[in-house]
Amino acid sequence: MKILVAVKRVVDFNVKVRPKADGTDVDIANVKMSINPFCEIAIEEAVQLKEKGVATEIVAVSLGPKQAQEQIRTALALGADRGILVETDIELQPLAVAKCLKAVMEKESPELVIMGKQSIDGDNNQTGQMLGALTGTPQGTFASEVNIQEGKVKVTREIDGGLQAVELTLPAIVTTDLRLNEPRYASLPNIMKAKKKPLETTTAQELGVDVAPRVTTLKVESPAERQAGVKVADVNELLDKLKNEAKVIL
Amino acid sequence: MSILVIAEHDNANLKAATLNTLAASKAIGGDIEVLVAGNNCGGAADEAARADGVNRVLAIENDAYEHQLAENLALLIAEVGKNYTHILAPASTAGKNVLPRAAALLDVQAISDIVAVESADTFKRPIYAGNVIATVQSGDPIKVITVRTTAFDAVASEGGSATIEKLDSAHNTSKSTFVSEELAKSNRPELTSAKVVISGGRGMQNGENFEMLYKLADKLGAAVGASRAAVDAGFVPNDMQVGQTGKIVAPELYIAVGISGAIQHLAGMNDSKVIVAINKDEEAPIFQVADYGLVADLFDAVPTLEGKL
Repeated sequence: MKILVAVKRVVDFNVKVRPKADGTDVDIANVKMSINPFCEIAIEEAVQLKEKGVATEIVAVSLGPKQAQEQIRTALALGADRGILVETDIELQPLAVAKCLKAVMEKESPELVIMGKQSIDGDNNQTGQMLGALTGTPQGTFASEVNIQEGKVKVTREIDGGLQAVELTLPAIVTTDLRLNEPRYASLPNIMKAKKKPLETTTAQELGVDVAPRVTTLKVESPAERQAGVKVADVNELLDKLKNEAKVIL
Repeated sequence: MSILVIAEHDNANLKAATLNTLAASKAIGGDIEVLVAGNNCGGAADEAARADGVNRVLAIENDAYEHQLAENLALLIAEVGKNYTHILAPASTAGKNVLPRAAALLDVQAISDIVAVESADTFKRPIYAGNVIATVQSGDPIKVITVRTTAFDAVASEGGSATIEKLDSAHNTSKSTFVSEELAKSNRPELTSAKVVISGGRGMQNGENFEMLYKLADKLGAAVGASRAAVDAGFVPNDMQVGQTGKIVAPELYIAVGISGAIQHLAGMNDSKVIVAINKDEEAPIFQVADYGLVADLFDAVPTLEGKL
């Protein structure tokens, strides 16, 4: 079966992002960019399915600026077979991403789409669900286990309070949670090989998708900063403070 | 303005998160109706009708909605919701699962995880693990929104007397089937609504040592959480994770035990009223947000604290 994996270029998770001084946007000039951690888990899952002989081809797709090629190359180095970049200079919102992915799905006809449950920049957690809606495809979100069976996929989902298992007909959309797997690192020979793998570039316009933003960011600001409090000497002082100063325990 | 709130429930009872979502709806203003879709969900519908500020409850009973499967429920929400100006659900795993799907069916860009209502079309929401708060304005005719429940004080669960109207609408795609559910059974309060939360990090060293935190929690009536490091190390299950990619909590008292305080963890507990940190590394970043810091070996401090309560 063919698997489509979506990968996003985001600010590296170690970077502490701040608003620009004028509050119009976040300041991400010259910061380190990486592949979204949940997307790494998505690639790993696809690669493991290929290693098990379940998947035959892995197509990595990304939407973003020209530089998002780097993230596709990373996916190729990790084991994807070819890449597709939907190039755009405007910041796509989840609905627009889902519409572009729908167009890619129609061309590629994958039986399984694996993507991260959220990207760590916008923290929206929407795109997989939206892609499911637009394509009439079932969804297994926040997956911690994926089992392909005859024409179906059983997905164990991380839900509030525990786990839920659902069975979906294929094609299906899976969004990854943290514990699905532990992504591997790309080896140097594989990074070299990835440079030769095919990478096709297209645009939202070529895909016939209207990607105009629906939500406008009016302002960005830092959250109210907490001030560091006091250090207490021992457990007795801590208890005294909690009872008599903060009054949070009786 | 007319607002449709998607109830979170287990058929028998309404979940508390619905009451916080009702509070966000009141901040927007207008007529508030609640959709209770399930099977044998009369109990949840009755509770929704008694909640403060609800004008009408729409109750729909069908096998297709028993387990809140997103494929079926999103079709129902899109069908019923198209007549409203706003559709709101809690930003829980249930709300996050279904609401974006319904939004896409309505051709609407949803707004996730709002923490404040500025006006009927303008909201605040955290981005970049809560390092930045964005004020965003929706240009869509229907606003589809998930609500960070810790940011809105729950409305009263009693006092209302809304009418309950039974609707009949079955959407069943047959493309997804519920198989099973394993919910952790605990007498402790739920993490996201507990007044006291005690979380353990990598410093706990293993899962067995969490027993210390459970004992302390039982004395304080607290819920127990964990950092991503503790979850990744396999000490405890992921549903205990507090942070950007786990649960967001804002209790009266948050006690961080053996947690260094990565920004992704702080994103999940920064709004707690009082934060206590117990860590033997006095340079740990958690102390920069803690109201009370105790530099000590947690294996001494936690049992001592428990013994004195």
